[in-house]
Amino acid sequence: MVTGALHDPEAVAAILERALANVSGAEAEAVYSAKDHALTRFANSRIHQNVAEHDAQLRVRVVSDGRTGVATTNRLDDEGLREVVARASTVCARAARNPQQPPLPEDGVRPHATLGWRDATAATDPEGRAAQARAVIAVADAHNLEASGAFSTEAETLAIANTRGLRASESSTEARLVTVLTAQDGSSGYAQATSPDVAAVDGDAVGAEAADKAARSAGAGDLEPGEYPVVLEEYAVAAILEYLSWIGFSALAVQEGRSFMELGRQVMGENVDIWDDGPDPIGLPSTVDYEGVAKRRVDVVTKGVATALVHDSATAQRAGTVSTGHGLPAPNVFGPLAWNLFMAPGAVPREELVGRLDRGLWVTRFHYVNVVHAKRAILTGMTKDGTFLVENGRIVRPVRNFRFTQSIPEAFSRIAAASNSTRLVAAEYSGISARAPALLIDRFAFTGATAAEEAA
Amino acid sequence: MNEIIDRALDAAERAGASYSDIRLVERENETLSVKNGALEAAESDRSAGFGVRLVIDGAWGFSSSAVLEADEAERVTREAAGIARASASARRAPVSFDDSPPAVGRYVTPIEEDPFSVSIDDKLGILLAADAEMGRVPGVSVREGFLDSGRERKTFASSEGARVEQEIIEVGAGIEATAVNADEVQVRSYPNSAGGQFVAGGFEAVRAMDLGAHGQRVGEEAIALLDAPQCPTGEMTVILDSSQVALQVHESCGHPIELDRVLGQEASFAGTSFLTLDKLGKLQYGSELVSIDADATAPGGLGTFGWDDEGVPAQNVPIVSAGRFVGYLTSRETAPVIGQRSMGSSRAWSWNRIPMIRMTNVSLRPGDAGSLEDLIADTRDGIFLDVNRSWSIDDRRLNFQFGTQVGWLIENGRRTQLVRNPTYTGITPQFWGSCDAICGVAEWILWGVPNCGKGEPMQTGHVGHGASPARFRSVQVGVGRW
Repeated sequence: MVTGALHDPEAVAAILERALANVSGAEAEAVYSAKDHALTRFANSRIHQNVAEHDAQLRVRVVSDGRTGVATTNRLDDEGLREVVARASTVCARAARNPQQPPLPEDGVRPHATLGWRDATAATDPEGRAAQARAVIAVADAHNLEASGAFSTEAETLAIANTRGLRASESSTEARLVTVLTAQDGSSGYAQATSPDVAAVDGDAVGAEAADKAARSAGAGDLEPGEYPVVLEEYAVAAILEYLSWIGFSALAVQEGRSFMELGRQVMGENVDIWDDGPDPIGLPSTVDYEGVAKRRVDVVTKGVATALVHDSATAQRAGTVSTGHGLPAPNVFGPLAWNLFMAPGAVPREELVGRLDRGLWVTRFHYVNVVHAKRAILTGMTKDGTFLVENGRIVRPVRNFRFTQSIPEAFSRIAAASNSTRLVAAEYSGISARAPALLIDRFAFTGATAAEEAA
Repeated sequence: MNEIIDRALDAAERAGASYSDIRLVERENETLSVKNGALEAAESDRSAGFGVRLVIDGAWGFSSSAVLEADEAERVTREAAGIARASASARRAPVSFDDSPPAVGRYVTPIEEDPFSVSIDDKLGILLAADAEMGRVPGVSVREGFLDSGRERKTFASSEGARVEQEIIEVGAGIEATAVNADEVQVRSYPNSAGGQFVAGGFEAVRAMDLGAHGQRVGEEAIALLDAPQCPTGEMTVILDSSQVALQVHESCGHPIELDRVLGQEASFAGTSFLTLDKLGKLQYGSELVSIDADATAPGGLGTFGWDDEGVPAQNVPIVSAGRFVGYLTSRETAPVIGQRSMGSSRAWSWNRIPMIRMTNVSLRPGDAGSLEDLIADTRDGIFLDVNRSWSIDDRRLNFQFGTQVGWLIENGRRTQLVRNPTYTGITPQFWGSCDAICGVAEWILWGVPNCGKGEPMQTGHVGHGASPARFRSVQVGVGRW
């Protein structure tokens, strides 16, 4: 799959040097991002879309006297490099001055990082991807289910150089298999496996997990919305963490007063620890941000107290601190982002969580989560692919999907138990990953249900 | 360019393809944003490449590259052929298409003022002037302005003989004021949230927005919301502004009429649809006042073009007629399932993505309820909700929940109390069935949505929705505990 030159560190470094050589009389940063991505998609138990892309982009930021211009191109010959620097310089010259513009980072020269690179993933071919799709489809066929999903493999290289001497680069890979298996009555089950290593993604296992959930979901019935104790599987917890990151863990969100995070304040229960750690190999490793700054572990919530925020150069300058390595591509109006999240496990075996519910719900995952109120971290979304009523410690029946509308800091102040294991979950499209436990929460607000749909 | 096209189509034929096409795309975008009186972002983006799509052994393959050279076109085509053969190892019926005739022609978005000919200084001047107006209001903590310009040139050619060239030009702009206190964060935007209003057209559309004239108002309203009472909870009569009606159409009509969703092709990601094939022509989707069209010919829409990315000409087709569900968005592969020829809604985000069914301009026809103020005057008790803040809907597009930036209570036909954090929720056909008034054509605005996510790998579609303010009865308002 890999187009080798896109990921050759020496060739990439040469592109960056050639780009910066076109800059005169200004500070500048060149960011190279290349991707070989292929995705085999299946639905109705057949491969219906099967695609590949090869692209490399150069992003040039020119800074002069508080003015900034950014330009991008995917034409990487000499003419393309000259042209993109000229465009960035033109924009810079005409831009209004920003007195708060931070200097480009100085983080030295670091060797090319490959913590998250696996050759086997980069070398996966169309037949290898189709084989994983066929494995899931075979499980579905065996259970009289329809299979849909996607198996993707990706090789990515990010490299940054600036005129203050910073040189940093990283290559990484990712394999991801997602499936939803659906029965004729519409009941469904979900499973996902994500890893830098394609060998760690097992189509048979992913199919079996989804098939089991789909079988349990058959014949879902009504249940009144309301506040229930709930067990959230790791998929659901990861979705919540993703949105807490979007709205709360960023220093910019706090600086602008938009976040529920207030440093030093108890924002969740004492049994909650959440951190971001790009270099941790049990996540999806990422060691450098888009400004070339090395990623550091940041403990955002410790024993329920808001203890730290993620920074980029701009927020760090405002706060009088240093970047934590969470910068996004310039020009970045969004602010820094925590995208390698972890939540601490508890002490309870995962399979024993349900046994602690007298009457409540078991939720596999959430769909279409969105923010109702950022400052209170009120989220809404739907349950999907396996929602169950639990009574006396046992799952008694599947129920139709619920809508939740819930303040997450409130819910995370009522965590009764967390599983002693965690699972790595990649967000559907944001690039954020979270390694999270399953949680037992004393009360969670379900404000609507899909029960009325058939009466429409 | 001709050599790249010829080499790709020839290579596909030699590889045994029963069908092939190639799209060459060049995109340029310029993005400007200001924040609190200073330039926050100035960016100029260019991306070019091509994608080859083909059918071998009855199965699809696609590959793409940014290297615009004939040898690369042949290599990419061979890769697409290998991918298609792998697809064939897990297929049921072979891929087939409708008999749409191959198109030949050229289309350019009509404009008066090329947005790329307007200087950055002029553009920043517009944003900074609007920022200054917001800055007149004490207490506004964050002031933002956005201005985007985009141009896409693309050529489509197929093994059937199609050859289409298009140049699509778009602009967008908006302003936003944020106010915060210890417990609240409140935002007001103009003309819309999520970056403002977007159209296919020239810079004249940005000038017509007159951002500066609305700066002080959005600042004042953001501040007022901080101390406004919480939106009440209960069943109420709701009037939605035209931008929120547009988003309601997008989520609860535009997506569920995508025939690929209906056929399960998005089941593992975006979801499916409650508008299953058995409901076509039968389901009462809404009240008799509700008529919705998908019109790719509407001037100024982000879903307006000459041909879709399969070479099918732009069309205007009915979706909901007097409340009855009558039509889907289709592609050449899906349309024959319902015995039709494609209505032309298959589009790709860029050169590195396959075409898939995307909304065109899916719009609610205007009604006869006059102006917004006429409609409020005609409403004894209720709430007027303005400009989207939050959205969520289930995978079949039935159970939705929206929040808006602001609400005003309506009492005895008058807009009275401002309320904050309004939300409403419902079930799609029941909600549209409760529509009892739609404002007239003078209030009808064709809104642009430049961030519609669908597909794997993700594609960000540009689509349009026209709407006038509309009234809905017995809607659940004020969701959750506050």
